[in-house]
Amino acid sequence: MAGGMLIIGAGECGGRAALALRDLDYQGPVTLVGDEPHLPYERPPLSKDAMASDAPEIKAIASDAILAEKSIRHIHSVQAVAIDRAAHTVRLSDGSVLPYDKLLLATGSTPRKLPMPGLGAHCVYLRTFADALAIRAHLTPGNRIAIIGGGFIGLELAAAARKLGAAVTVIEAQPRILMRGVPAEIAEIIHDTHVAEGVDILCGDGIASIADDGRQVRTTLAGGREIVADLAIIGIGAVPVTGLAAEAGLTIDNGIAVDAELRSSDPDIFAAGDCCSFPLAVYGGRRVRLEAWRNAQEQGALAARNMLGAGEAHAAVPWFWSDQYGLSLQIAGLSDEGSSTVRRDLGDGAFILFHLAEDGRLVAASGIGPGNAVARDIRLAEMLIGKQAKPAPEALGSQDVKLKSLLAA
Amino acid sequence: MSDWVEACATGDIDEEDVMRFDHGGRTFAIYRSPDDEFFATDGLCTHEKVHLADGLVMDDIIECPKHNGRFNYKTGDARGAPVCVNLKTYPVKVDAGKVLIRIG
Repeated sequence: MAGGMLIIGAGECGGRAALALRDLDYQGPVTLVGDEPHLPYERPPLSKDAMASDAPEIKAIASDAILAEKSIRHIHSVQAVAIDRAAHTVRLSDGSVLPYDKLLLATGSTPRKLPMPGLGAHCVYLRTFADALAIRAHLTPGNRIAIIGGGFIGLELAAAARKLGAAVTVIEAQPRILMRGVPAEIAEIIHDTHVAEGVDILCGDGIASIADDGRQVRTTLAGGREIVADLAIIGIGAVPVTGLAAEAGLTIDNGIAVDAELRSSDPDIFAAGDCCSFPLAVYGGRRVRLEAWRNAQEQGALAARNMLGAGEAHAAVPWFWSDQYGLSLQIAGLSDEGSSTVRRDLGDGAFILFHLAEDGRLVAASGIGPGNAVARDIRLAEMLIGKQAKPAPEALGSQDVKLKSLLAA
Repeated sequence: MSDWVEACATGDIDEEDVMRFDHGGRTFAIYRSPDDEFFATDGLCTHEKVHLADGLVMDDIIECPKHNGRFNYKTGDARGAPVCVNLKTYPVKVDAGKVLIRIG
């Protein structure tokens, strides 16, 4: 076992996997390769707290001291360029070649590019800390920011930009914001909050053209409207980073295809986090790919266990959150599995929509409210979803029935 | 000097639950275990300073409402990613239906 454990991708997933290998008392070499110059860090703050603060800082997952103490070799600022599966090696952009016994691909995702001509230096995407710093410099009072895409990244950035006094227009081609995965009832509250905070939201009108003249960006919508901005931020989704895996001949299916143990079509290569698609047990093995912080963290740790031979199947329920202004949204499960909803009001405007399948199973819960008002009940809902429970709709809808009491049933 | 502070009445917290208690510019979390014992810790998660009292109590674990960091609220021990720093705990006593904590 000379090669040890090699992890490509030093984000949340790769970083957590490296730490987990040591927590599991693995004694061989652990090598973490990342293409950014930083320590492994948490990305969620990039569109939230870091963006709204005067001097954004990295929230590192592990310090240099921790990495040294745990004998985790962190190679930064390089790319992995090729996997030699027969030789069990990976070649890096600096020409070096690293051996492995087991390889974990935690290559993440990258912003989906807007396929249009006319984009220039003032049309940007957010993925890395460097991206965040570049965007932050433009979020100044009165500066005009166009956000293309009414998804989570765009809306969180809109909230941060407003907090800093910028003038913000959100452009969404779909009929409403957050079309993917968020119920209309909740999207409407987020929409109204943005409008109340001074954001101009334009839905249902696609982009006809963009022109970046080096000073400003002029976006023309299909309906004829023009939006002139000092910076355009494009947030229209993400695509998995699969090039390295594809060139090595691994099966790709909306991401690097892995089994329930996160193993790719090569038994010595695992993939985890945003870059992989995997069968979700709670929905009968439906193949999904998740772009979420907690999934990256959990799959990183699960991959570490399975690289050491645990043979453990993924069993988690998808979960994510978003913060905008004082509102927090949390969703457990995939709401498109549901055919009906039950609403539970929690007070202070907070509420949860429970999504039930035709056979009565609770398949998802979407909640919104001030602060962390929905957190506890969403967590309980997540456990109920994981148990494939069929709680009575009346019980879910009634504040008098504690959700915790349904878990025991 | 006595630094026992009255935090709440025993009936203010359900079994296997938590409530927030602010005192002297600080914030604490007071817990009632499934065995009807009371405990107290610092109120903010050691990961990103989120109020733990909005989180879920299951057995002897409090889970942060934001990022699911877990602590044993009886001992303060951090129980895995993303939390790695333990939670400070405080002595608790119950006297005549009142929950008192000693904040040193």
